[in-house]
Amino acid sequence: MQYLPNLLFAIVLIIGLGFFVMNVKKLIRNIKLGKDVNRSDNQSARWKNMAKIALGQYKMVRRPVSGILHVVVYLGFIIINIEVLEIIIDGLFGTHRVFSGVLGDGLYGFLIGTFEILAALVFVAVVVFWWRRNIAQIKRFFNKEMKGWPKNDGNIILYFEMVLMSLFIIMNATDVPFQEAGIGNPISQFVAPWFSNFSPEALHTIEKGAWWIHIIGILIFLNYLYYSKHLHILLAFPNTFYAKLKPKGQLDNLASVTSEVKMMMDPDADPYAAPAEGAEDEVPEKFGASDVTDLNWVQLMNAYTCTECGRCTSSCPANLTGKELSPRKIMMDTRDRLEEVGKNIDANGGTFVDDGKQLLNDYISPEELWACTSCNACVQECPVNIDPLSIIMDMRRYLVMEESAAPQELNMMMTNVENNGAPWQYSQMDRLNWKDEE
Amino acid sequence: MNVPTMAEMMAQGKQPEVLFWVGAAGSYDDRAKKITRAFVKILQQANVDFAVLGTEESSTGDAAKRAGNEFLFQMQAMMNIEVLNGYEVKTIVTCDPHSFNTFKNEYPSLGGKYEVFHHTQFIKKLIDEGRLTVDDTNLKGKRLTYHDPCYLGRANDVYESPRDLIRRLGVNLTEMKRSKSTALCCGAGGAQMFKEPEKGDKDINVLRTEDALETKPQIIATGCPYCNTMMTDGVKFKEKESQVKVQDIAELIAEANNL
Repeated sequence: MQYLPNLLFAIVLIIGLGFFVMNVKKLIRNIKLGKDVNRSDNQSARWKNMAKIALGQYKMVRRPVSGILHVVVYLGFIIINIEVLEIIIDGLFGTHRVFSGVLGDGLYGFLIGTFEILAALVFVAVVVFWWRRNIAQIKRFFNKEMKGWPKNDGNIILYFEMVLMSLFIIMNATDVPFQEAGIGNPISQFVAPWFSNFSPEALHTIEKGAWWIHIIGILIFLNYLYYSKHLHILLAFPNTFYAKLKPKGQLDNLASVTSEVKMMMDPDADPYAAPAEGAEDEVPEKFGASDVTDLNWVQLMNAYTCTECGRCTSSCPANLTGKELSPRKIMMDTRDRLEEVGKNIDANGGTFVDDGKQLLNDYISPEELWACTSCNACVQECPVNIDPLSIIMDMRRYLVMEESAAPQELNMMMTNVENNGAPWQYSQMDRLNWKDEE
Repeated sequence: MNVPTMAEMMAQGKQPEVLFWVGAAGSYDDRAKKITRAFVKILQQANVDFAVLGTEESSTGDAAKRAGNEFLFQMQAMMNIEVLNGYEVKTIVTCDPHSFNTFKNEYPSLGGKYEVFHHTQFIKKLIDEGRLTVDDTNLKGKRLTYHDPCYLGRANDVYESPRDLIRRLGVNLTEMKRSKSTALCCGAGGAQMFKEPEKGDKDINVLRTEDALETKPQIIATGCPYCNTMMTDGVKFKEKESQVKVQDIAELIAEANNL
C-alpha cells in the first residue's frame, strides 16, 4: 500500500503522455496530407530564423505591450517547467523536493524563489491578457471569426494558466517545513498566513492536493493543446524553421504550368503526338487549391500553428476597410477543414470518403479571396511566420485556372494581356508614344 | 525625346548599359507617362547609355499571376525572356515595383536572369557613382511624406533608397504612423487595380490617403505608378488636390534639377 501514490502517479503520467503522443501522431498525419514542398535548403538561415523568431520572440515585440507581456509568460512557462521535472521525480519515487537535497538549500532556494516570482509575473500578465481579450475594446479580439469556440478557447487557456500558477504558490505556501526554512518563498510567504488557522494535517492535505491538481492540470493542459489554438507553443519552432526564406514578393512558379507552357511554345512540338505510354490513365494535376489536400504541408502546419492573435487581420488593408477577408480566418478555416478531413479519415478506416465539402465555398468564399491586395502585411506581422497569402493565391489559381471564375473585370484585364500585351485595351504599337508627347 | 530602342541599338551594333523597362502604366497611363519622361530626363542628365524595348515590350504578366492565372503569366514571362535574352540584356531598370519584383524574383527560374533595379535604386547608384547630383534648393523646406509601395518595401525590403533620395531634396520628410514594414497598401496590388473593390465600408486608397494627410504634407511621394493613381484619387476624394500633390520620386528629382 505504501507505493500506491507512486503507482497512481505513474499511471496518471503514462495516460497523460500516452494520449498526448497519440494526438501528436494524428497531428503529424494530418499535416502530411499536404503536398510535398522542399524546405530543406539553407539550413543555417532556417536555424537562425527559429532561434530569432520562435526562441527569441523577435517579432512579438513589434507590438511592445502584448509583446513584452508575452515574453513574461513565455519565459515563465519555460523556466517553471524545470519545477515540473522535480514534481515528476517526486511523484514517481515518493520523494519530497528531491532537488533541494541535490542542489543544496542556497541554490534550490534561489531556483524556487525565481519560479515563484515568475509565477506571480505570469499570473499578472495573464490577468492583463484576459482584460485585453474581454474588457478592453481591442478590435482584433472582437472580429467576426472570434465568436464562440475561438473566444472561449482563448479564455480557457488563460484560466488554466491562472489556476496552475496559483496552485504552485499554494503548494509552496502550505508546505510547512519549506516555509519554516524561509528560503525561496518570496511570494508564498505572503500567501502562507492565509492558511494560519489550519491544522498541520489539513495543511499537509492542502499541499498534497495542490501538488496533485497542479501536475494533473499540467497533463490536461498538455492534452488540451491539440484541440486548441495553444498548439503554437510547440509548432512555432518547426513553423519558423520551415517558413519561406525567399523575398516576400516572390510567388512560386507552378512547375506543372511551366512544362505545359514550354510545350506550347516549342516550335518543334508535335501537336498531334499521342500521349506517352500509360499517360492516358494519369489524372491531370489540379492547378491551385480548392481543398486542404491541395495545399502543401507547410501551409497546413501554418494552420495548426496559428494562435489566432489577429495581428495579420488588424494590419490587413481589406479587413481594415470592412471587406470580408480576414487572413486569420483563412488560417482558422484551413485548420477546421483539415480537422474535418482528419476525422473523416479516422471514421472511415484510414481513407478519406468524399463528404461533398471542400475548403473553397464551404469555408472560404471567393469574395474573401478576391479582396486581397497581396500586400504581404499579414505575412510581415505574423509573429511565427505564417503565410496566409500563399493560401489565398493558391485558391485564386484554382478559381481562375480550373473554374474560369475570376471577376469579370479581371477576365477583361487578362484578355487584354493576352491580345495586346497590356492590362488595358491599347495597341502594342502605341507603347512608345509617350516619348513624343508633352 | 530621344529614346533609343534595343532594335535600333542592335542595328548599330551597340549594347546599352541598361534596359529601361517602361511597363504598361508607364507606357499608356497619362499620369504615369509623366513619371516615365521624368526618369528618362534623369537618365539623360546622367549620360546613361540606355534603351527601351518600345513596341517589343509586353506585359510582364505580374497582374495575371496575382489574379491566379499562372498560365498567362508564364506565357508572358517566357515571351519576354526570349526577347530580353535575344538582345543579351544584363541589367534592367523600371519605375514599376511590380515589374521589379517579378523580374527580380520570378523570372530567374524561368530562364530570365538579370540584374534588376527599381528606379530609386538606380538613381541612388548614379549619385553614389558621382554621375548625378541633386539640387536641394528648389524643393527646400517642402513638407513631404513618403508612401512605401508594398512590392518595393515588404515584398523586397527596399525602404532606404527612396528615402535616401528624398533626403537629398532638402525637403522636410515626415513619416506616416504606418510606414516601412508596417505601411498600409494603397489598394492597387494583387490585381485590385483592374477591378472594383469588394463590398466594404471604405476604399483602401482613402484610408491610406488619410494616413498621409495626417502628416499635413504638401507632397505625397511614392515610387510606383499604381500607388500614384490610388493616392491621387484618394487626395481628390478628400478634396485636397489644391493643397497636396502626389508625385513620384523621379519627378521630384527632375523638378529639383530643373529638368
